[in-house]
Amino acid sequence: MTMDGTEVLTRTVTEDEATILDGWTGALRESASLQGGRIREAELQTQAKAVLGQFRDALVAGGLDADGESYAPLRETLADISRSRAIQGFTPTDTANFVFSLKEPVFEALRLKSGADASAQAAGMWAGGKVIDRLGLQTMEVFLASREEVIGRQGQEIAELSTPVVRLWDGILALPLIGTLDSARTGVVMENLLQAIVDEEAEIAIIDITGVPTVDTLVAQHLLKTVAAARLMGADCIVSGIRPQIAQTMVHLGVELNVVSKATLADAFAVALRRTGRKVVRQQVPTEGRG
Amino acid sequence: MTITKAETLPIRSGDDVVRVRQRVRALAIEIGLGLVDQTKIVTAASELARNTLDYGGGGDVRTEIVQAGTRKGLRLIFEDQGPGIADIEQAMTDHYTSGGGLGLGLGGAKRLSNEFHIESTPGAGTRVTIARWK
Repeated sequence: MTMDGTEVLTRTVTEDEATILDGWTGALRESASLQGGRIREAELQTQAKAVLGQFRDALVAGGLDADGESYAPLRETLADISRSRAIQGFTPTDTANFVFSLKEPVFEALRLKSGADASAQAAGMWAGGKVIDRLGLQTMEVFLASREEVIGRQGQEIAELSTPVVRLWDGILALPLIGTLDSARTGVVMENLLQAIVDEEAEIAIIDITGVPTVDTLVAQHLLKTVAAARLMGADCIVSGIRPQIAQTMVHLGVELNVVSKATLADAFAVALRRTGRKVVRQQVPTEGRG
Repeated sequence: MTITKAETLPIRSGDDVVRVRQRVRALAIEIGLGLVDQTKIVTAASELARNTLDYGGGGDVRTEIVQAGTRKGLRLIFEDQGPGIADIEQAMTDHYTSGGGLGLGLGGAKRLSNEFHIESTPGAGTRVTIARWK
């Protein structure tokens, strides 16, 4: 009698589904999945039941081809579970173990079913191992893709958050830059600044680079482009926040910022006020004391 | 002169340039460079890493902490297998650029370092070595 592993596996999973489900939820309960309290037991049980049901259907319809058409609903379910776990903050191990912990109850059921027929058991285990491994890997792929999605979205949010244009006074804008100034961010910065110049009818824009750790020629070039664009819109720029070490480095690099620059934002603001015909004066101390 | 610590970092994307900067800054702090010298070597590394990426088509950088007697220094070797530089003298000239930059990177990196050495074979690649001593 030739042993077809797929057949043994399919028969076992179909006939012993309830036992396998019990074994699997038991294993899941013991593993770390539940311990963080991130997922309720009832939810885990529902997921396990749905996955096992679809696994059985897929085995009956499509055999071991985990990438095939018959596995599509199962893959979809696993992808959903994986995605929600990535968001809930599960570790990759927890997520992979959700699928891999199915092996033990399946192998146990195969052992009981095959009895003394060792070749049937071996063939069934090989088939089961192969298909469960493939499903586990697919789950991980989705898990990682979801993580990357989260990271990508955060990157975008940071880019938007970190380039605010602040109105300091009528006609005076400040643009505090923080972090690395690459081409993509310069684009966002320039767009925000130019729009704010129009909206606020600004005469002076202060670009503060206190939070930019390294000013190399590329950053300098981006700054110069932003300044030139603002000038075309009729606003003058002041660059502030040039720390001593940055000043020395820029001199050695040979970069010339043909723009008014100041060491601190406060100095730059004072210049801007003066240019727009304003002055900050200390209020007279009231002659009547506070009592 | 002995090398006490060496490692190699890849330069394949813009993010790698940021990582190179961060690593160089950490190493500069480790050998006790002052704030100005840290900024100088980090900026020079940034220029050369970007050249490796933009003009050399990517490559890697080898960072070495070197010791000569009681002096410690940081040496960086940028290497790529790109098209190379035909006229090094022209490339070193300020405001000359074959791309769209300011044309100050190579000359600037030289002025920011204590030692600077460049060798390039057209068609085979470029290797730039800089060092900053404490």
